[in-house]
Amino acid sequence: MSVKLTEEMLSALPDARGHFGAFGGRFVSETLMDSLMILEQEYSRLKQDPEFQARFDKELADYVGRPTPLYFAERLSRETGGAQIWLKREDLCHTGAHKVNNTIGQALLASFLGKKRIIAETGAGQHGVATATVCARLGLECHVFMGAEDVQRQSLNVFRMKLLGATVHAVESGTKTLKDAMNDAMRDWVANVDDTFYIIGTVAGPHPYPLLVRDFQSVIGRETRRQALEKTGKLPDALVACVGGGSNAIGLFYPFLSDESVELYGVEAGGLGIDTGKHAAPLCAGRPGVLHGNRTYLMEDENGQIAGTHSVSAGLDYPGVGPEHSWLKDIGRANYVSVTDDEAMEGFRKLTRVEGIMPALESAHAVAYAIKLAATMDKDQTVVINVSGRGDKDINTVANLEGIEI
Amino acid sequence: MSRIEGVLTALKGQGRKALIPYITAGDPHPDVTVDLMHTLVKAGADIIELGVPFSDPMADGPVIQLACERALVHGTSLRQVIAMVKEFRESDASTPVVLMGYLNPMEAMGYEEFADAAKDAGVDGILTVDLPPEEADEVIPLFTQRSLDAIFLLSPTTTDERIRAISEHSSGYVYYVSIKGVTGSATIDVDEVASKVNHIHELTALPVGVGFGIRDAETAEAVGRVSDGVIVGSVLVDTIARNQADTDQLKRALTDLLHPMREALDSLAS
Repeated sequence: MSVKLTEEMLSALPDARGHFGAFGGRFVSETLMDSLMILEQEYSRLKQDPEFQARFDKELADYVGRPTPLYFAERLSRETGGAQIWLKREDLCHTGAHKVNNTIGQALLASFLGKKRIIAETGAGQHGVATATVCARLGLECHVFMGAEDVQRQSLNVFRMKLLGATVHAVESGTKTLKDAMNDAMRDWVANVDDTFYIIGTVAGPHPYPLLVRDFQSVIGRETRRQALEKTGKLPDALVACVGGGSNAIGLFYPFLSDESVELYGVEAGGLGIDTGKHAAPLCAGRPGVLHGNRTYLMEDENGQIAGTHSVSAGLDYPGVGPEHSWLKDIGRANYVSVTDDEAMEGFRKLTRVEGIMPALESAHAVAYAIKLAATMDKDQTVVINVSGRGDKDINTVANLEGIEI
Repeated sequence: MSRIEGVLTALKGQGRKALIPYITAGDPHPDVTVDLMHTLVKAGADIIELGVPFSDPMADGPVIQLACERALVHGTSLRQVIAMVKEFRESDASTPVVLMGYLNPMEAMGYEEFADAAKDAGVDGILTVDLPPEEADEVIPLFTQRSLDAIFLLSPTTTDERIRAISEHSSGYVYYVSIKGVTGSATIDVDEVASKVNHIHELTALPVGVGFGIRDAETAEAVGRVSDGVIVGSVLVDTIARNQADTDQLKRALTDLLHPMREALDSLAS
């Protein structure tokens, strides 16, 4: 059951305390409260500031390379035999993923606030690379926290970050993945709150992060909306995006939320299968709780301890999700589904072989689901997949899975 | 008058300062926690802060992170921690116990059920690191109705306006985090702490406990001089880590650490 969302309803969210319905908020230790309140005030001022917005738009155009194309995947559509499949090519952004839309925005915020030291967490390494890149661009000191397991899985991105001048901190605590990287980034922030800006990579975290990351990423959906109208003469019938924390998905979805005819599909990492418990799909199989500064759907045990996650894709390997997605799930505006590691690998191979586009393993989850979905739809309908990143960084993982040594 | 208020009022009447040790429940093993709590009392504790282990303790440094991991290996749950307090209460009716931890285990248990169980077990106060008063509308009344003290943190970055607002939501005492950083990290600047705590005293009538960075008799005395109590955590937890194989040795080591702090604090008695 879906709720009709009006522009008026949407502009009232999140509320003054950062809540999207029952989700979101600001659950942090007292030391960070002052910084978050200042960030919220400054952001709401800069959001209205033409100079800031012009600078942001210019960076997106000249540095990121926007707008990214909306590409008609003709062969894939024909082979699938259903709806027309279109690809939003975020993989063509500078640095190879949508992450840079947000890091440019937040790094500009940091500059406007006079903070010279940047910290970030990263899973797959795309957000780390995007952060290191904009820090190089703006002359800011950069520290990236990355789970020790991810450092192993994504050694190419670790090297890229180092080349860009960032210090990469391998996090050995907990499960040694993205959630632990985020814990350590927050610990660093508490200790260095005076001179440090924390660039969070996804739409999670304490208010105002889910708001500002969504705003910076919404360029994806605004372009898609305009391009779809230009190229197909109508709005898409369905949008499909992968959801880890959910920044590429919210970026695509947000400008369409009040378009009732547009179905939204967020694809979570089903790992080895939801029923095995080895997955990273809090919206499909979790329950609401509080982690990393916000209330949202989480993977946790019966005692409220955060559960370990599994996904072939490091970027989706996170036990929480952005609070706005939790809200969209509960009001029934968006559908959240999952595909397994194997299905995602199949999607990766298919897009590579049929369209000559190698998606990130994260994006391959969206590809896999969209192919299934499109097959059930009519030929005159359209599906847009957010190809949130390119797959070069995953070559080692793919090779390992196929037993090949590079 | 709550048990916490009673103890702090009595100490104040004697011109003495509260010694408030912290240990993580279930560390090194759930079976020894109650025994360790009694050890802390014998060594001079006025109030015990009992940590509820959490998988993602974002405000804690490596020492307490590892304590959480040791406790969670044995599956120490919030319900078990409450049961430990109940057992402790069977032979200690006077020492207040504050549960300190993160919100999610409480949320998973259900706030009302948690508040009932905590009250029934003889818990006196609740300190939730990642729950600022702004998000606590739902839980504060549940605590207040059961005479459980809601204890909130103040930090070096807390503005005057917030100090007033937070104090209004607090009872028992307020916990001043003496440094910007996680538990067990930096060395404190005593002069800076003194000036901030004096300022907090101007803004609230509640007793002020100071924690983070107190590791020996010297720092305890310096901080005790300006506050109503000192909270000692990481140095005790580190001692637990180093003596986890032998409980008797561990109890002696904890006593050896706390005794000099107790004496140093009592030397301040006027």
